[in-house]
Amino acid sequence: MNWSEFFSMGERAFYVWGSFGAFGLAIIVEILLLRMRLKKVTEKVKI
Amino acid sequence: MSIFKYASPSTFYPLAGKMAPWFAVIAAILGAAGLYLGLFRAPVDFQQGEVYRIIFIHVPTAWMAMLIYVIMAVYGVMALTFNTRLSSMMIEALAPTGVMFTVLALWTGALWGRPTWGTYWAWDARMTSTLILLFLYIGYMALVNAMDDKKRADKAGALLVIVGSANVPIIYFSVKWWNTLHQGYSVAASGSSMDASMRMPMLLMTFACWAYAIAIALWRVRAIILEREKEAAWVANLHGSASLKTSGVRA
Amino acid sequence: MKARHKRFMWIAIGLSIIAVAVTLVLRAFNSNLVFFFTPSEVAEQKAPKDRTFRLGGLVTAGSLARTSDGLTVKFDVTDIAKTIPVTYTGILPDLFKEGKGVVAQGKIGADGVFKASEVLAKHDENYMPPEAAEALKKAGHPIEGKVFAGQKPVVTQASSNAKP
Repeated sequence: MNWSEFFSMGERAFYVWGSFGAFGLAIIVEILLLRMRLKKVTEKVKI
Repeated sequence: MSIFKYASPSTFYPLAGKMAPWFAVIAAILGAAGLYLGLFRAPVDFQQGEVYRIIFIHVPTAWMAMLIYVIMAVYGVMALTFNTRLSSMMIEALAPTGVMFTVLALWTGALWGRPTWGTYWAWDARMTSTLILLFLYIGYMALVNAMDDKKRADKAGALLVIVGSANVPIIYFSVKWWNTLHQGYSVAASGSSMDASMRMPMLLMTFACWAYAIAIALWRVRAIILEREKEAAWVANLHGSASLKTSGVRA
Repeated sequence: MKARHKRFMWIAIGLSIIAVAVTLVLRAFNSNLVFFFTPSEVAEQKAPKDRTFRLGGLVTAGSLARTSDGLTVKFDVTDIAKTIPVTYTGILPDLFKEGKGVVAQGKIGADGVFKASEVLAKHDENYMPPEAAEALKKAGHPIEGKVFAGQKPVVTQASSNAKP
């Protein structure tokens, strides 16, 4: 398979990867924020 | 009253901790399969070409945006009728993930609308009602955060979520009730106008999002339980049993 | 920050969000822009006069014409029963095609011509590979896509921008 063709998405790379990228980024950010929250509260109650 | 056994934060806390990783694993497997099929195996669309692949993110996130709000409303009804603390905590645990999915649905919709319809945004009934959904999520979070009295905050929050859920059928049926720019249902109970090779990755991504949302909500409700019940005796006991486990020899 | 100040801040944020939301929604609904009118509805005087509204339907096959300046286009929007001529100056979206769905925003003039300020393509809910669309066409089963409520099925053809 041709990777440059794959990434160009029929000259619609910005729209397609902008969507998939935002999805991935949002999930990473949510997981990191949640980990911080859990860490903070478990330190507070000293489990 | 066995159903209500797990309605207590102290019993639900360890249960949530046990369940969350399983849902996270399911989400990762389904998500990987959905992305692989969606990006590498699904054919191009006869009208839109490659850009239609945004559907594999857009539709699952838009469904989640509506579904999470409905589930919050169900917890809202339980919170008000049975007066269970855990129900209100679940609403609070679900709201940020609901915001995330709503933002993603609007964002991917804009990026899909530009190359196909010719605009990032239109005041279309579907889009306008989805924007209202985002404001309802944020409004709930602002309300609950604004009130110091947690009991009153829970009640007000549950009420807002129940009232706001009237917006969800408006979003869902808008394409049927009005002549909208947004196209109608591609997948419905009555059938599908989507080729099976394209429907499969979309459904896999949807189930991945379900599992993800469950895992995140369970972990977040653990944080909320600890934040709210840090003075409770059972949390102190949790401390005791945890240290027993880690330093078993000394105990 | 004191707890009281924090509370006021959150209430202020909440109220302003709700205010913005209500304003936006009322504006959108009031200007009839959340849905579109079909040519039949316009003929029945259901669409607002002297005000911007959305017109939706199908671009009549063979009606698309460019004027001498090269930027202004003319086409007819139809719902089979009624047809309205439209003029528009600007770039048309990729999926704009004769025989396909369109939603135009603008005003109707005294001459009965709809002067569009924005033209959007409306596609249907069908998704399939080009080969499947081709096979359906060959087998004599038109792909039925709905552009507006109560519409008779319209034959959709595989378009050229779908690359295999």
